Amino acid sequence: MHDLVPLTPLGGDSAQSETIRNVTISEMPDFAYASMAMRLGRKTGFQRAAKKATGISPPPPGESAAIKVGKGMLTIFWTGADQWMVEAPYASHFDLAAQLGSTVKDNASVTEQNDGWARFDLTGDDCVSVLERLSAADSAGMQAGAVTRTTIEHLGCFLLCRKAATHFSVICPRSGAASMYHALLTMAQSAL
Amino acid sequence: MSDAMTGLNRLDGGLIDRSAELNFRFDGKSLEGYGGDTLASALLANGVRLMGRSFKYHRPRGVLSAGAEEPNAIVALREGAFTEPNTRATTAELFDGLVARSQNRWPSLAFDAMAVNDIMSDFLTAGFYYKTFMWPAKFWEKIYEPIIRHAAGLGALSGMSDPDCYDKGFLHCDLLIIGAGPAGLAAALTAGRSGARVIIADEDFLPGGRLNAETIAVGDAAGAEWAAQVAAELASMPNVRLMTRTTVIGAFDHGIYGAVERVTDHLATAPDGTARQVLWRIYSKRSILCAGSIERPIAFANNDRPGIMQAGALRAYANRWAVAAASEVAVFTNNDDGHRTASDLAAKGVKVTAIIDTRADAPDHGDAEVLAGACVTDSRGRLGLSKIKVRSADGSQRWIKCGALGVSGGWNPNVHLTCHQRGRPVWNEAIAAFVPGAVGPVGLSSAGAASGMFSTAAALTGGAVAAVNALGEIGIKAKAMAMPEAEDAPVSITAFWHVTGKGRAWLDQQNDVTVKDVKLAHQENFQSVEHLKRYTTLGMATDQGKTSNIAGLAVMAEIAGKTIPEVGTTIYRPPYTPTAIGAFGGRSRDETFRPVRLTPSHKWASEQGAVFVEVGMWMRAQWFPQAGETEWRQSVDREVLATRRSVGVCDVTTLGKIDVQGADAATFLNRIYCNGFAKLPVGKTRYGLMLREDGIVMDDGTTARLGETQFVMTTTTANAVGVFRHMEFARQCLWPDLDVQIISTTEAWAQFAVAGPNSRKVLEKIVDPAFDISNDAFPFMACGEITVCGGLRARLFRISFSGELAYEIAVPTRYGDALIRRLMEAGEEFDITPYGMEALGVMRIEKGHAAGNELNGTTTALNLGLGRMVSKTKDSIGSILSEREGLTRDDALIQVGFKPVDPNDPVVAGSHLMNIDDPANAAHDQGYITSAAYSPCLESSIGIGFLENGATRKGEIIRAMNPVEGSEIMVEVVSAHFVDPEGERLRA
Repeated sequence: MHDLVPLTPLGGDSAQSETIRNVTISEMPDFAYASMAMRLGRKTGFQRAAKKATGISPPPPGESAAIKVGKGMLTIFWTGADQWMVEAPYASHFDLAAQLGSTVKDNASVTEQNDGWARFDLTGDDCVSVLERLSAADSAGMQAGAVTRTTIEHLGCFLLCRKAATHFSVICPRSGAASMYHALLTMAQSAL
Repeated sequence: MSDAMTGLNRLDGGLIDRSAELNFRFDGKSLEGYGGDTLASALLANGVRLMGRSFKYHRPRGVLSAGAEEPNAIVALREGAFTEPNTRATTAELFDGLVARSQNRWPSLAFDAMAVNDIMSDFLTAGFYYKTFMWPAKFWEKIYEPIIRHAAGLGALSGMSDPDCYDKGFLHCDLLIIGAGPAGLAAALTAGRSGARVIIADEDFLPGGRLNAETIAVGDAAGAEWAAQVAAELASMPNVRLMTRTTVIGAFDHGIYGAVERVTDHLATAPDGTARQVLWRIYSKRSILCAGSIERPIAFANNDRPGIMQAGALRAYANRWAVAAASEVAVFTNNDDGHRTASDLAAKGVKVTAIIDTRADAPDHGDAEVLAGACVTDSRGRLGLSKIKVRSADGSQRWIKCGALGVSGGWNPNVHLTCHQRGRPVWNEAIAAFVPGAVGPVGLSSAGAASGMFSTAAALTGGAVAAVNALGEIGIKAKAMAMPEAEDAPVSITAFWHVTGKGRAWLDQQNDVTVKDVKLAHQENFQSVEHLKRYTTLGMATDQGKTSNIAGLAVMAEIAGKTIPEVGTTIYRPPYTPTAIGAFGGRSRDETFRPVRLTPSHKWASEQGAVFVEVGMWMRAQWFPQAGETEWRQSVDREVLATRRSVGVCDVTTLGKIDVQGADAATFLNRIYCNGFAKLPVGKTRYGLMLREDGIVMDDGTTARLGETQFVMTTTTANAVGVFRHMEFARQCLWPDLDVQIISTTEAWAQFAVAGPNSRKVLEKIVDPAFDISNDAFPFMACGEITVCGGLRARLFRISFSGELAYEIAVPTRYGDALIRRLMEAGEEFDITPYGMEALGVMRIEKGHAAGNELNGTTTALNLGLGRMVSKTKDSIGSILSEREGLTRDDALIQVGFKPVDPNDPVVAGSHLMNIDDPANAAHDQGYITSAAYSPCLESSIGIGFLENGATRKGEIIRAMNPVEGSEIMVEVVSAHFVDPEGERLRA
């Protein structure tokens, strides 16, 4: 085993979190990501292989699907035409891309995205009050499992609704994590 | 009736909170008001009628209205950097400690020296500036305009940065209701009870609209009480958002509306971190305009004297704010509504001295004298009204004493938002006003007074029906509830716009436009409404002519012998009311103007004291100063020399990385790049050149083949997004038959260039022993997936931008910080040196590598000296058009290097090249220098650039001209490869 010490997207040794009134904003570094893009003309094979690899079928546009893996959850969300992102606990899935690739084989192109993204979670009763000042997405209308691509703080993000109104994930480019965290906190301070 | 404590003119009743006494200052004088007051109502309550000076003639002016249409009572609020000029006193909510100042006067409001303009008024008519300040032309900007701007104008900015913060936000609804008067409340209640997602917005802080200003009952309750009850019910509905202090400022495409919510303007100080205002973008499926109407004045001589106001405003002040503008009032009207003012004020104990009704058949009115068929012809009173001159039906004239005059010329529906997409309002003769036209923003309907339905009953029913209809269109069933009973008086009006006679009759009080100005415009042939507007400035002030436009049109119609609809209207544009620029900027200002992207080594580089530079949104280390280095060149020269001598390390994560996979990935890249990629072996990297469709170079970079069906492309930092977009377009639109998938992985990998003769030795210390990176096993342009530091996944590329033996090593981003620290440790014995963007730039210029300055959107592969890279044996994007005659001329610009003849001369990028004997002009231009730097290796300034027929001109001495700075040096044309032209070092 190597002895290199990882940093979180915010540059710390451990995740940051802050509660402003009734919304908690947390850096969530302990997730692995891999993208799956269906190969041309492999719809049937891909659906079958993806389900075999993850236990669930890749969801339609605007949606995510989740399944329990170990003590955590594996989530698949739609990211583009014939393209999905898989999210799983890092500890058990740090080599998620390799795990998926070995099962889906030439049904999909799998790309490691572990460190391409930073996830921030908003939990609490007034999440929507914060998000409506950050994103054009209709966060108030999102049901659990809904996901959308949106712009927050000028950064292209995915917005996932884990639980309607009270739990959302903002998944943004990792290099912009500090700016994103600042924007989330600033808006929480202003809106709540 | 007077109240000694909080104002001379306070009446009983009203919707004010007398338990909340508020202290405020106006022009330095301490005054008191109550909770629920506006600045205007509080000033009137204190007997202050004079609130401002007019724009052009500095005439004394008082409040005309009680709402957003106010043209006169324009003041500056707050102090210092918080100063907000040009605020309407009628919409400024009073708070304890409010500081307000009048504007556009000197030395004081009561004595304004600039009022001399008024005496000169015969010379200052419409078009005066255009006619007078024509000559000499150059005087306009430097002399005339500053003088005019000083004499005319409104409030002044503080000149300081705005210390407030602003947010932007986004809301979604099924139905947006604009205005919370009777129609809006009825619509919201109907829609809210149906379960639809509803937003109802009103600019006032108190929902109810005119119900708060009238004595009209709704069912068994007073109008204001009914409004409060409905507002409370709406506030309790989770599907309804009742937004007060929120002005819908514009109607945009696809049901999108802009709205400004004033969050803290009514507070003395905003809570820390709270935005002062929020600019909302509201996405609606349907919308209803319930914005009410604005009462229009009638123009007569000296109708701008403080104390003369809209009749509806006069009773709004009495009913809502319990303020009598004066103890004796008169009313001047052409319709029945004006009589309400007389009734309401009389009921409050205010003496009504006369009702002057222009209609011969004017109705009687209890106690007050009604002068039917009469009109007001003049007014008197220094700094405030004391009496009016009335011409009776029989032609006799007399003066009538009054301190305030309520004027009603009828009501104009607030059609503005229906016109924001060039919808034209239509004339309704019955109410003598424009109403919303049939063609307006898609999905927007109107109800209540905004639609020309002026009775309370019609507003309530109209609002409910509009809600049912709008929701029905989007498949939501709503039930039209029975609305409570309310007055349903018909509109009885005889159009009357201005009183003929001597003296100036004011149409646009904010921009000082008179009836005479409109006549002059007509006389001088500025007869189109658009010309009228611009020639006279009618309707061009911050109030956008809300109280003046229609009267101006009416006067023009009368002179031109046309009807008002024939004259037409000008176009209403957003925003509906003046909006702070800060609201449009939101949080995107100062250091948070844009997000910053941080490299994986940012934390470490900060610890080293690196100087950072913005590269797009990235913050990259520019150089790493060491103790004793006093200027940047010392650091950069040291970094370059150390790298070339031993080894340097640089974070190159910012280069775009695109993962290209699929059975046809090689075919795809072969078409994207102009040089061959189909046969690139696995484990090899190749430099690629990408052309635009027109044959010009788009970007360059290296692409590594990690597997049969997997490539990793690198792009320049600047073009990472553009190249990805280009490839996505090619994949989806040009060749959908290819099996290829692409995705950006720029952020996922921390990548470092390790360059210099000792780079391999450093890397050998961290690359795990299973991987042989010797020159034989891992030669120039090799690539591979390896592990480092005992098992961490990594990618290694043997590529070089500096021209030295060099590698780029990539690890998962989270380990980037750890890797740079480990590299520094491993390289300590070799004096490893971190280098920044400047040293990187110097080394690539020394090596003659093109970068952004050379790939400038005008250059071809031929220009870059890479013409032979464009493969003739295959088709690729841009290859055909790169062969155009003009792009392949014999004397084409070719990239070469330049060295000053005198090594002490600096080469300046941007300089143009001229032959020694030619004149220095554009006709003799030989090319230009694109990049220049001081080369510590050559101990000279050097440059690269493009020279006509450059390949054959090595050794020639030419002139590098910099006419902008007036410098000229002699340079020798040399190879662009200043260092190691044979490329031996990078293959070592």
